[in-house]
Amino acid sequence: MLNKLPPLKESPSQTAGPYVHIGLTPSLERITEANVPDLGAGPVPGFGPRIIVAGRVFDGSAAPVSDAVVELWQADADGNHGNAFGRVACDGTGAYRFDTVKPGRVGGPDGKLMAPHLTLWIVARGINIGLHTRVYFEDEAEANETDFVLNRIMDVRRRKTLIAVRSDADGKTVYTFDIRLQGGDETVFFDI
Amino acid sequence: MAIQPFAGGEGGFYARDRAWHPPVASPAYKSTTLRAPRHALLSLGQTRSELTGPAFGHDILNPLDNDLIRNFSQDGSDAIGQRLVVYGQIMDENARPVPNTLVEFWQANAGGRYRHKREGYIAALDPNFGGCGRAITDADGYYHFRTIKPGAYPWPNGGNDWRPAHIHFSVFGHAFAQRLITQMYFEGDPMIWQDPIALSIPDRTAVEQLIARLDRHNTTPMDTLAYRFDIVLRGRRSTFFENRVEGN
Ligand SMILES: [Fe+2]
Repeated sequence: MLNKLPPLKESPSQTAGPYVHIGLTPSLERITEANVPDLGAGPVPGFGPRIIVAGRVFDGSAAPVSDAVVELWQADADGNHGNAFGRVACDGTGAYRFDTVKPGRVGGPDGKLMAPHLTLWIVARGINIGLHTRVYFEDEAEANETDFVLNRIMDVRRRKTLIAVRSDADGKTVYTFDIRLQGGDETVFFDI
Repeated sequence: MAIQPFAGGEGGFYARDRAWHPPVASPAYKSTTLRAPRHALLSLGQTRSELTGPAFGHDILNPLDNDLIRNFSQDGSDAIGQRLVVYGQIMDENARPVPNTLVEFWQANAGGRYRHKREGYIAALDPNFGGCGRAITDADGYYHFRTIKPGAYPWPNGGNDWRPAHIHFSVFGHAFAQRLITQMYFEGDPMIWQDPIALSIPDRTAVEQLIARLDRHNTTPMDTLAYRFDIVLRGRRSTFFENRVEGN
């Protein structure tokens, strides 16, 4: 089937800039009158076992990216996309943290289930267009083996940049997922 | 477990025209140097994870979220500056309105100063101006808000770079693949054409898409000037799947 060109062009992206917090996480700038409470703050709603997904964002010199904002979108434990959205600003060490649910499997384009994953979107000063990536889980090795997206990454060494590492402490399950914008272990980012 | 219906490939979104957007690295905008991925982005198409997205209802809005002239007022007086109404239509690439989608905006005050802990410009803060707002588009995709015209401001990049007056916009659309952050500029501003951030967009026509037009017709006499700023989000390749994708 022929696809016509669409009549309009998408508005070009521009960087979120260093003052992104005023708009997206205003409580951090003591703006408590408008846009409150911060969108996507607090525990991410959804059905499933609670987990923590946390990590740090680094630039090409391995310096922490302390002014990034990270957004999360994911399925719940049943594989349904309800309204599990989260948004956090990185702190001075480039750290972010989501209190969310472990997602289930979602159907993929090859007719098979994709491995459980989260979608992250990263914006900051110096990022001209928001970066899309995915978080997969270390303890889902079998599902990861057959995942449509992971298998699209030709350089198998780079697949590990999308695998969060599990640890358990104080009764909480924590998955650590660092994001490297550039450099040797550069995270795989997607053109979706 | 049943496999969720997959809506990708045909019926997904048009591929992003990466030559229309700024490249990940634009040397004149120095902050991109260490923050631009060096590897090519991996082409993914879209799966359910990208074809769905969060929805927000009017219940999240505070009464003054779309009134930056008053929504940070400490003493009951208005924010200082040129009073504006900024409005526009959000459409997709197929020229269809995008209703019920959240639009967030933030900006400097009339002097070009942001209410932010890392802000270093000497221009004065306005005690009655916070600088953020949000709105949800109506059934025809329109949003509007009241604000003051932001000032131009200097920034550490080259030796003496100044940003043109601008308002930052964040738009969700109905799918995470449509997520967009951009900036709005003002018609007739010569500063646009010396700005490394605006000029990170390679095509002049694309930059012009971010320039709001003065709209005399919607100006409120003796009160506010009006600027119109339309935003285009990605559109779907065909209507084939529209009846099948739910929850977005
Ligand atoms: Fe700005």
